Amino acid sequence: MKQSPWIVTVAMLGLALLYVPLLVVAVMSFNATRHGQTWGGFTFDWYLRLFSNGDIGAAFMNSMLVAFASTLIATLLGTLLAIGMRRLPLRPRGRLTADVLMNLPTVTPDILLAAALVVAFGVFRQFSGMFSPGLTTLIIGHVTFEISFVAVVVASRLQAIGREQFEAARDLYASTWVAWWKVILPQLAPGIVAGALLAFTLSLDDFVVSFFISGPSSTTLPIIIYASVKRGVTPEIHALSTLMVLATMVIILGLVFLERRRAEPG
Amino acid sequence: MTAAPQPLDLSIVSVSKAFGSQKVLEGISVTIPDGQFTTLLGASGCGKTTLLRIIAGFEVPDSGSVHLGKQDLLALPSHKRPVNTVFQSYALFPHLRVYDNVAFGLRSRKVAEADVTRRVKEICEVLRLSEFTQRYPQQLSGGQRQRVALGRALINEPEVLLLDEPLSALDAALRHDVQVELKRIQRRYDITFILVTHDQDEAIAVSDRILVMNKGRIEQDGTPEQVYERPETRFVADFIGGANLIDAERLDGNRVRTKFGELPVSCTPTWVKGTVAIRPEDIEARTAAVPGGIPATVSERLFRGDHWELQVQAGGTTLRVVTDPDEVHQSGQAVWLELPLDDLLVLRD
Amino acid sequence: MGQRPIFDGAPTSTSRLWTSGLALIGGGALWLFAFLLLPMVVLAVLAFAQRDEYGEIIWVLTTDNIWRVLGHSSLGWTADNLRIIVRSVEVAGATTLMCLLIGLPLAFWMAGRPRHERALWMALIMVPTCINLVIRTYAWMLMFGNNLPPAWMAQWLGILLPGEGLYPSGFAVYIGMISCMLPFTVLPLYTSVERLDWNIVEAARDLYAGPWRTFRHGVLSQIMPGVVAAVVLTAVPSLGMYVVSDLLGGAKFMLIGNYMQVQMTGSSDPPMAAMVGLALIIVCLVGLAAMYRFGGKASGSPL
Repeated sequence: MKQSPWIVTVAMLGLALLYVPLLVVAVMSFNATRHGQTWGGFTFDWYLRLFSNGDIGAAFMNSMLVAFASTLIATLLGTLLAIGMRRLPLRPRGRLTADVLMNLPTVTPDILLAAALVVAFGVFRQFSGMFSPGLTTLIIGHVTFEISFVAVVVASRLQAIGREQFEAARDLYASTWVAWWKVILPQLAPGIVAGALLAFTLSLDDFVVSFFISGPSSTTLPIIIYASVKRGVTPEIHALSTLMVLATMVIILGLVFLERRRAEPG
Repeated sequence: MTAAPQPLDLSIVSVSKAFGSQKVLEGISVTIPDGQFTTLLGASGCGKTTLLRIIAGFEVPDSGSVHLGKQDLLALPSHKRPVNTVFQSYALFPHLRVYDNVAFGLRSRKVAEADVTRRVKEICEVLRLSEFTQRYPQQLSGGQRQRVALGRALINEPEVLLLDEPLSALDAALRHDVQVELKRIQRRYDITFILVTHDQDEAIAVSDRILVMNKGRIEQDGTPEQVYERPETRFVADFIGGANLIDAERLDGNRVRTKFGELPVSCTPTWVKGTVAIRPEDIEARTAAVPGGIPATVSERLFRGDHWELQVQAGGTTLRVVTDPDEVHQSGQAVWLELPLDDLLVLRD
Repeated sequence: MGQRPIFDGAPTSTSRLWTSGLALIGGGALWLFAFLLLPMVVLAVLAFAQRDEYGEIIWVLTTDNIWRVLGHSSLGWTADNLRIIVRSVEVAGATTLMCLLIGLPLAFWMAGRPRHERALWMALIMVPTCINLVIRTYAWMLMFGNNLPPAWMAQWLGILLPGEGLYPSGFAVYIGMISCMLPFTVLPLYTSVERLDWNIVEAARDLYAGPWRTFRHGVLSQIMPGVVAAVVLTAVPSLGMYVVSDLLGGAKFMLIGNYMQVQMTGSSDPPMAAMVGLALIIVCLVGLAAMYRFGGKASGSPL
């Protein structure tokens, strides 16, 4: 299919809008100049300083803790949600409604969830101390937006596996447990891993929800970046941002690779 | 205990099934003797796959019963029925190698691993899969996958093997080979085969018996020869071989009146107004007038390699006529058609 | 009654399916109820709550907040809030339009790539949605700084004074918004463009000579569900955006999202933030309803 030059031009413009600024940040992270954007020579210094910066270290630990804990909970709940939804004997209309409900959190603007959680935690706090701003509230908030993403990914994988795989297992004398353990779970595993990886990056890169519900002792990496952008950026932030962008790219491209390999193994 | 093996006939009695308000099966009753190769033939949506799924245990009928010998199949869940299925898409397990796919049923039933090895080896030899046992299904061609699906089911030595359009995913040349193969295997293992297909040539080629299904009912039940040579209803005559359907009115003395004149028929129709049918290849087209010949005009001709297909106008209707490749007729040419008494079929409807 | 269903090849009963299904979804459903639905309800109730003179919330409901959000107060009426609302709608609308204008060619270009490349391009479009918004926005601050080519160009053209940067400005906000939202436009568009039946396009080309009519009847009619989904998935989050305007727009360029953030986290007037949030919930639900009604299956979620 031939494409006119202006389609290619606009497409390239679009891709440039997405990636050129990130590239500029990456370039600046190797710039020896401390202030301003003039090129002062190549350096690795900012990366080295990053690792000796106590605040960033603490935020990194918080980010990791929240990401791991929330991913674990969200993957479990989201996977069970996807499996359970399939079992409910709903009529087509009811099933559509249930699917929409399951999808809803993935398209809700994050500021809504953030605002609602701030208010609700304020109310909940009167009943339990665990809702004071801190790592717990962060984890709760992150799990909330991750569950749906995991469920959607796992549900689409289940759909792709299809009813015939269950029936074939049954037809070959497998009990319910054997069918799940030997036939379905091995095929579902890549979907669960994909959902977990997605949840992990979403948690690691979330700013809006975290900013609203974190406390002074539960600063995460995105919040540190925001704070320093507001105060005036140090080149370490360029280095940190570049690393975070790289981590996200590796995970998402890894997901695609996983998907590809599943489609055509060997 | 008597040592004599009981014949395990599959008897289906008044099985009905509806999905919501849509009736899919309407009181199907049929007995399929042990070891017979039976084909359920019909267009999509005629209920043939649903009947197969009921026998396999993937659907429950609304009413009726299914017995294998004296055993009530409907009382058993699918994983306890002595029945195996070859699925339309094969439904091979993509994460397992060919060997483990084939061994799956035996392992589910906790057969000793030494026996499993022996039997997998044996069946892979029969199905010419020996060199592929360590491959994954995605690495096989369509025909090889089909043989894995067959082996995976056959290794369990089921009493009945169900095949749901197993050849539809194969190209035409391969399909012919697999038909021969299926027949060979069915003879070798002497198992009841029930094949579902919408392909009449396939049904005629492999079956001992064909059940033509339409709208949830069995339209005709007979050998391939009977179904092909002696279709009983408009549907069967049209679906198999595309016979010419001719509206007719009963006259006295085994004669009927059609649009292009009166014709003698071999028996007295039960109807007053109904249909007679004749296959395109049974009509003789003469270039000169013959006694009793129906005057007609060739309107279209298509060369099909081993025959000519003519569209012929007679008395305001169009008939399809098939002639030998050396009998050349031109468009617009006048011909006289002979409809042999023996080949003019009086249909039930 | 009396239907004995079979699920995944195993006989079961309707009540067993309900119990096992509900048991499985129980954890997730309870979680979403407690931390998504309930908070939203609390937010909706808070939108109608009042505050005492110390700023504490009094849970006595009133509709005053609706008027207050529109600018009425004991001191009379100001247009400040209305200006924020109008500006937000403007920004969301313009962002959506620009994203469509860039996203459509991009989607067509992707669909024209060889099959094995497409997954990669799709991933490259998706990656930015997972990258931290602050980093992506900050990247534009850096881009638009006073000492890099975009600002030089503007300085040379005389739009900026020498030494000035391109941000903070409305222009920077628009560019930042388009860059942020573009993936959400492209993904649903691409899903429907990829499924486009080119035979119909050919037929349209034969029927209507002009390229515009060919596009309208041959292409647009086919990808309409994707366009609807793209518009909703771009416009709704645009309305709630605040990081971009916060960082690139400066203090004067306030949007609904910034307003919510200020009122909510500064604890100055949470009921006002809640009222704005409630309006956003309603817009969001209407948009999604439109998407499921007209968008069909094209409503591609991120994976």
